[in-house]
Amino acid sequence: MERIRVIEIKKSVFEDNDRDADRLRAELKEKGVFLLNLMSSPGSGKTTTLIQTINALKDKIGIAVMEADIDSDVDAKKIFAATGVQSVQLHTGGMCHLDAEMTRQGVAGLDLEKVDLAILENVGNLVCPAEFDTGAAKNCMILSVPEGHDKPLKYPLMFSVCDLVLINKMDVLDYFDFDLELCKEYVKRRNPNAEVIPICAKTGEGIDLFARWILKQIQLWKGEDNYA
Amino acid sequence: MHELGIVFHCIKEVNAVAVKNDVKKINSVTVEIGEVSTVIPYYFEDCWNWAVKKETILKDAKIHIERIEAITHCESCGKDYPTVRYGKICPHCKSEHTFLLTGNEILIKEIEAVE
Repeated sequence: MERIRVIEIKKSVFEDNDRDADRLRAELKEKGVFLLNLMSSPGSGKTTTLIQTINALKDKIGIAVMEADIDSDVDAKKIFAATGVQSVQLHTGGMCHLDAEMTRQGVAGLDLEKVDLAILENVGNLVCPAEFDTGAAKNCMILSVPEGHDKPLKYPLMFSVCDLVLINKMDVLDYFDFDLELCKEYVKRRNPNAEVIPICAKTGEGIDLFARWILKQIQLWKGEDNYA
Repeated sequence: MHELGIVFHCIKEVNAVAVKNDVKKINSVTVEIGEVSTVIPYYFEDCWNWAVKKETILKDAKIHIERIEAITHCESCGKDYPTVRYGKICPHCKSEHTFLLTGNEILIKEIEAVE
């Protein structure tokens, strides 16, 4: 005779992912690999920013890149061609974000020997990637000038989970009604601890500041505070 | 679009509970979704119905969705108000110093299982 019973769960859907993410974070810490999760909307300049930043940093530290997309491997190829650092392409199979398990698979595809910094280029999207902890040590997002300064108000979660907001395409500021100061204020409203750095990936403006931010975060993360 | 990813995580969690409790089949799963959780119940249900077809224990499981009302608390005047209607600005004192009390949840509440 079949018996039907109700089992109470009362658990957040994200609980298992959060657990996986914490485990991955601990494993990467053990290996000395700082994982940076880079998010943004499509076309904000993630790949170009990465190429510039990697070229500014690759003589100082070991870098590896994971490119996440729904399909194609154009980004991984582009990164490798432009920087020479190892890059793997992850396909999310139609999903709009990466979770900790998918990130783990990506990490497994990298040779972590001599890698200090692993960068995860998340799927271009301002909603879903913010929901799923990837196991990264820090989260960074790019907002580009043409997208508008009101995005922190429209996508609150994305801005509240980010440690750093890069404002890209500063070279076209004059052509758009983008208010940089107002944007900074909106970011602070969502996340008082978030830092904001204006950059232009095309001309290289501000890339040194981003590179320095990364180095500083790695040093802090390693527990060394003698960074000069 | 992220409803699908959330459904996959939900299925994973429910399967783990099913194995732990040694159940043969799951008739239904009840989830609680906050009004401002960014999950659209209609999409969630569609994704669920598509995704469970590939499952075994969960193959015929129905999804029941319960809504959790979004309530915001105002730090300036101490009052609570419905978030969906008024947003981030307190309707009582016009303050911006407010925070969400409930409404952001995506919870698996319970399952109905056949032993």
